[in-house]
Amino acid sequence: MNKEEYQKLVKKYEPKENKIENVVYAFLIGGLVGFIAEGLIILLMNFFNLSRLIAASWTCLIIIFASSLFTALGFFDNWMTKAKAGLLLPTTGFAHSVSSSALDYKKEGLITGLGSNFFKLAGSVILYGILSAFILVIVRVIIGG
Amino acid sequence: MTFIWAFLIAGTFCAIGQIILDNTKLTPGHVTSLFTVLGSLLAFFGVYDKLIALGGGGASTIISNFGYMLYTGALEGFKEFGILGIFSGMLTKSSVAIVSSIVFAAIVALIFKPKD
Repeated sequence: MNKEEYQKLVKKYEPKENKIENVVYAFLIGGLVGFIAEGLIILLMNFFNLSRLIAASWTCLIIIFASSLFTALGFFDNWMTKAKAGLLLPTTGFAHSVSSSALDYKKEGLITGLGSNFFKLAGSVILYGILSAFILVIVRVIIGG
Repeated sequence: MTFIWAFLIAGTFCAIGQIILDNTKLTPGHVTSLFTVLGSLLAFFGVYDKLIALGGGGASTIISNFGYMLYTGALEGFKEFGILGIFSGMLTKSSVAIVSSIVFAAIVALIFKPKD
């Protein structure tokens, strides 16, 4: 078998990443998360007579709690790889990144492991979120007076 | 009707994220940061308010909502306390998300063992 044939064979058995399928998965699962969140908000509003803002905060709390717990129980990693961006972009992805780095680095000690690696992945979200919001508010203040 | 919008808005954000992940070399870390910045940009242009009004839970579960909350918190702080308000108001709205993810992550890390 020469090199060219070998390359052909490799290409044939290489797992094909179906991009369209990925996007459909991400859309459906991400949509489902949004749907569930909206359902929780409506449920909390009606059951506990909360305002929409308070109900949305509780929903955020519940979703973060659930994804931290699911990450700790071990099956959330599998879900993340299957759902791809569908679970990465909702708050679930943020909570997952914090709790998985907390779990992974715990064995290196409470300060040097857990403490210093806590925001390893979520740090950039907080950093660039605050930085961009700061700059945009300054721009807004200058424009809007 | 908000349910349908919640599904469509959250789904669309995730689909766009997936397209970026599949067609560029950006990592999930890049994409989440990008969407946070996008959230504060959309807040700046007044678009995110409309998304929240339209699709409630759908728009508020996406990470872009974090950028939106940072921006609106800082702006409201400015209106109340001036320049200092930008600093003191920035994290007020996103406090729930940050504090709860810290507390729950710390608790589960102390209780559970990592699975490999």
